Amino acid sequence: MRAEVKVSYAWLKAIAPDIEEPPEELAERLALRGAPVESLIALDEGLAGVVVARVEVAEHHPSADRLSLCTVDTGNVRRVQVVCGAPNVTPGGLYPFAPVGTTLPDGRRIGRATIRGEVSEGMLCSARELRLGTDHSSLLDLPAGLLPGASLVDALGLADWRLDVEVTANRGDLLSHMGIAREVAPGGHASLVFPPFPGSRRLHAALVSDPAAAAISGATVRIEAPELCSRYLGAVVRGVRVGPSPGWLQARLRAAGSRPINNVVDATNYVLLELGQPLHAFDLGRLAERTIVVRRPSTAERVFRTLDGAERKLDSDMLLICDAERPVALAGIMGGLDSEVTASTTDVLLECARFEPRSIRATRRLLGMSTDASYRFERGVDPEGLEPALRRVLELIRATAGGRVEHRVADCHPRPFTRRTVELRPERVMRVLGVHFEPTRLKALLEPLGFGVTGVRKAQGKSKTAGPIRVSVPGFRAHDVTREVDLIEEVARTHGYDAFPSDLKAFRPGTVPDHPLFALEDALRDLLVERGLFESHTPAFAGSAQGELPLRNPVSSAEGYLRRELLPSLLRRIEHNWSRGTRDVRLFELATSFAHGTSDPGESGSVREEPRLAAVLTGRRAPMHFTDEDSTLELWDLRGLLEDVTRAVWPNGRVSPGAPPGSGVTANLGFTVKADDAVLGWGGGIDPAWLDAPPWANPVWGFELRLPAEPRSRDAVRYRGIPPYPAVERDLALLVPDRIPAAEVEATIRRQGGPLLGTVGLFDLYRGEGVPDRHRSLAYRLRFISTERTLIDEEVDHLLEHVAGHLARVLGVERRGSP
Amino acid sequence: MTDGIALVDILRRLETEALAAVAKASETSMLEAVRVEYLGRREGKVSSVLQGLGTLPVETRPRVGAEANRVKRSLAEALERKSGELLAGAGDTPSPVDLTLPGRRPWTGARHPVTLVVDEICAIFHDLGFTRVRGPEVENEWYNFVALNTPTDHPAADEQDTLYLEASDLLLRSHTSPVQVRTMERHEPPIRVVAPGWVYRRDSYDPTHTPVFLQVEGLAVDDGITFVDLKATLGEFARRFFGEGAKLRFRPSFFPFTEPSAEVDVKRMVTRADGVRVESDWLEIMGAGMVDPAVLANVGCDPERHTGWAFGMGPGRIAMLRYDVPDLRMFFESDMRFLAQMGAR
Repeated sequence: MRAEVKVSYAWLKAIAPDIEEPPEELAERLALRGAPVESLIALDEGLAGVVVARVEVAEHHPSADRLSLCTVDTGNVRRVQVVCGAPNVTPGGLYPFAPVGTTLPDGRRIGRATIRGEVSEGMLCSARELRLGTDHSSLLDLPAGLLPGASLVDALGLADWRLDVEVTANRGDLLSHMGIAREVAPGGHASLVFPPFPGSRRLHAALVSDPAAAAISGATVRIEAPELCSRYLGAVVRGVRVGPSPGWLQARLRAAGSRPINNVVDATNYVLLELGQPLHAFDLGRLAERTIVVRRPSTAERVFRTLDGAERKLDSDMLLICDAERPVALAGIMGGLDSEVTASTTDVLLECARFEPRSIRATRRLLGMSTDASYRFERGVDPEGLEPALRRVLELIRATAGGRVEHRVADCHPRPFTRRTVELRPERVMRVLGVHFEPTRLKALLEPLGFGVTGVRKAQGKSKTAGPIRVSVPGFRAHDVTREVDLIEEVARTHGYDAFPSDLKAFRPGTVPDHPLFALEDALRDLLVERGLFESHTPAFAGSAQGELPLRNPVSSAEGYLRRELLPSLLRRIEHNWSRGTRDVRLFELATSFAHGTSDPGESGSVREEPRLAAVLTGRRAPMHFTDEDSTLELWDLRGLLEDVTRAVWPNGRVSPGAPPGSGVTANLGFTVKADDAVLGWGGGIDPAWLDAPPWANPVWGFELRLPAEPRSRDAVRYRGIPPYPAVERDLALLVPDRIPAAEVEATIRRQGGPLLGTVGLFDLYRGEGVPDRHRSLAYRLRFISTERTLIDEEVDHLLEHVAGHLARVLGVERRGSP
Repeated sequence: MTDGIALVDILRRLETEALAAVAKASETSMLEAVRVEYLGRREGKVSSVLQGLGTLPVETRPRVGAEANRVKRSLAEALERKSGELLAGAGDTPSPVDLTLPGRRPWTGARHPVTLVVDEICAIFHDLGFTRVRGPEVENEWYNFVALNTPTDHPAADEQDTLYLEASDLLLRSHTSPVQVRTMERHEPPIRVVAPGWVYRRDSYDPTHTPVFLQVEGLAVDDGITFVDLKATLGEFARRFFGEGAKLRFRPSFFPFTEPSAEVDVKRMVTRADGVRVESDWLEIMGAGMVDPAVLANVGCDPERHTGWAFGMGPGRIAMLRYDVPDLRMFFESDMRFLAQMGAR
């Protein structure tokens, strides 16, 4: 949510007459000064054929209630008949007219039409149809005095461009034409002018302010919350005639994206857009006792109805503008319905004030409303700009609404502003920017921006370092320039970032070790990619079933929690692939699990974050090949993968039968990874209830493994010697009762095989003919080897007999084929 | 008129021919062809001679018949012998394998395309002396805002619409910059680190936004680190990552935790649809700047002595550029077809 200001190119040139470059180049230059132009719009685009027209006669369309049949003067002798659907069409009114053959900005071409039997030779247009505004409910009312047939572009001063300029949060001073002009005027701050208003005279007499009493001709101003309002200026104009603004003023407002209302309100908006100072006009006659009180709400004041008609809840930290009895405006945000300027207003009180940014921001957030005024107060207005703005708006009102300005102005100024002086050391500039600037150069860079620079001296003596220069910060930069480094940024910005060299220097190595979890994650990615899995990224959110940490302001309720487990996210990704007809899905993800933690004071409170790895697999074991029987992934694929991954992460981890409940893994088709008694992970066949599987789907396998937050480095691999003597192999087929797990048989073989037994591998599992009921045949291949000598058959046979004998005696496991 | 002598000659000539054919045969199928040609029951050349026996004068018949039987036996033996030889020698002669059949390969997997971009960024900065660090994703306001010189009631805090945890002041970090603070708290300069990690904002899903995305933070703090150094290091990164001919542009900007601050744009060389290499538009790839003295002071680092710079970039956006992916959301769908395309090696 970056701030944006809409700038009229013509207005900008009026303020900075030495700007000569076309709008495109100006936009480029603004970007390089830190205020990029988001869009540049030619306001007259598509309006070439549109003219001013006067409706002479407007009658009901004979066969359509909602339509009018108009006779229109378009500047030619011949009058034109137009069918119009707008409710506000009035005889004598001036409206934009698109004749037959015109192409509107939206690309619509106007043709001769017959509407319900009546010919229509052109179109009367709304603001939206001409891209001059958003209103589409009625025709765009043109100011009186325009001549029918005149080009709309000329009549409304639309030969202009609008620049939508992005302004960073620190630069409230750029939210006006004056502020933008200051940045780009070739002659700098000093070259800027207040363009004169057509038909206005300068306000010659000095405004006499009275900070003490703050009573002016017929009105009183009082600040009861000076901590929230450092200054309040109130001026009175009597005998104004409220009506539409002249065309030039309306054009300026429209060009800057504002909607004309009446001459008094328009004048305040004009000055806001030109100088950035929000102003408010009250109907003096509707202020009780002609009094303004700036205060917080009383306990009885619960709600306030703003200009937009909405009821706003009040809070004791908000700031109100009140009359003697009740609130009339939310300070710095919006006026109230009861004191606004209307057609019958004759005397107005103009408010020109400075409110605390923090208070305005807090109020704006509480109310959930942002206005042009709040926007600027939040970012800070120029404390030195109040009087010029007040003078400017008074001149403008006098020029467009007449009236008599009371020269005594109420001025409550509890906290006067003084300019700050900041020291700037040339050697510090060098230290931060890496380029040396002479003090005279610093002065030349800062002065055009409005800074006052003194104390520029030549370098003295042998040290060759110039002393600090003294920079006085003008009011419009008081909010963002408070420190030396703020000036250094101004120096860099004005010098131009592109003007700095970019030569790579030698560097000292850093003191921070590479976090060991990155290396582990990299190793796991390599392992799983090697096994044919794809890495997945899924958002860390979950619904209430899968998370225990709710978010206060989630994006959606389905993503209302932080996830505790990764597997469910990956299962949704399997379903997504299934829905696209993909049956072979193999995904893994490395991400964080979030859960309530045992409170660890000092750290991020009560949340436990744990790095994890999860993977899911379904479908074929390998790509189809003509030599293979169709084979899908099965439990043993999962187990092997889980064991390899476990070994890579937890050297002491064991994969044991049975999955923990609630893990999504079917208990009797799953495993738990443990080290000592700690559960480190789980995996196996995914419980079908956790999946929305199509009928053709293959079983889904998956696992989730905790990772250590700070993995320890692995012991280096060391050479252990390779026996030069041949190994001797023996096969041992066993009839094993179902109640005895294979792992126990294997463990027994290993124990009994003695130090000469190298490896034991299961190569066959068989049930059926020749194998008794509730038994299976397990066939192991035993490999015997010695590091010292060649083994002889007899001793190996003897060892095998010993193993077989022990199995029979202790486990009741007989050799197959033995009598 | 055929006489017996002539027939005997014919039989002997056929025998010679047939034995030569047997000797030449290199496969059993060729032997079978020879057998059919000469000894076939109906069309066989030797058999035909025997069928014509009836037309001969009675006195010559026994002689021709005997000769014909001898030839038949001789050929049959030769065929059998040769057949045995061929079968015995089958191991030495390659059987006809159809080499156009497909090979066998295992499944291939791949790292996520955005991980690949993160890896490459980290690898380039590794070459420039940077190590990788990480920090928690759930943070408090101190690390996410205040220590970074961003008061929570400042408009700048609004720009990153932050996700908060229920019933606490904890939040999901809206950028990786808290890792800067945590790193400087624990380590003395010189510091040269990058911190890749997930960050969170209250954004709805659209083609260029997701509420969670990856960011890579960079931080260099030492004596004598300057803006020139920042430009040089990021320029070197851009040349290595985007290729020679890539240009960087630094535009003034504002981040509360750096000053001066910059947005960094890149202009790459790209290949147009017609194959011509052209310059791309300027594209914003990161924010950067000199570490604000207030941030250094917040971690107990003397800003008069140490200076530093920092950057933050979005590898997701960069991956969109690099792979021509039109929609950021595709990176979160885990469509196997997409991941396979992106990971093709």
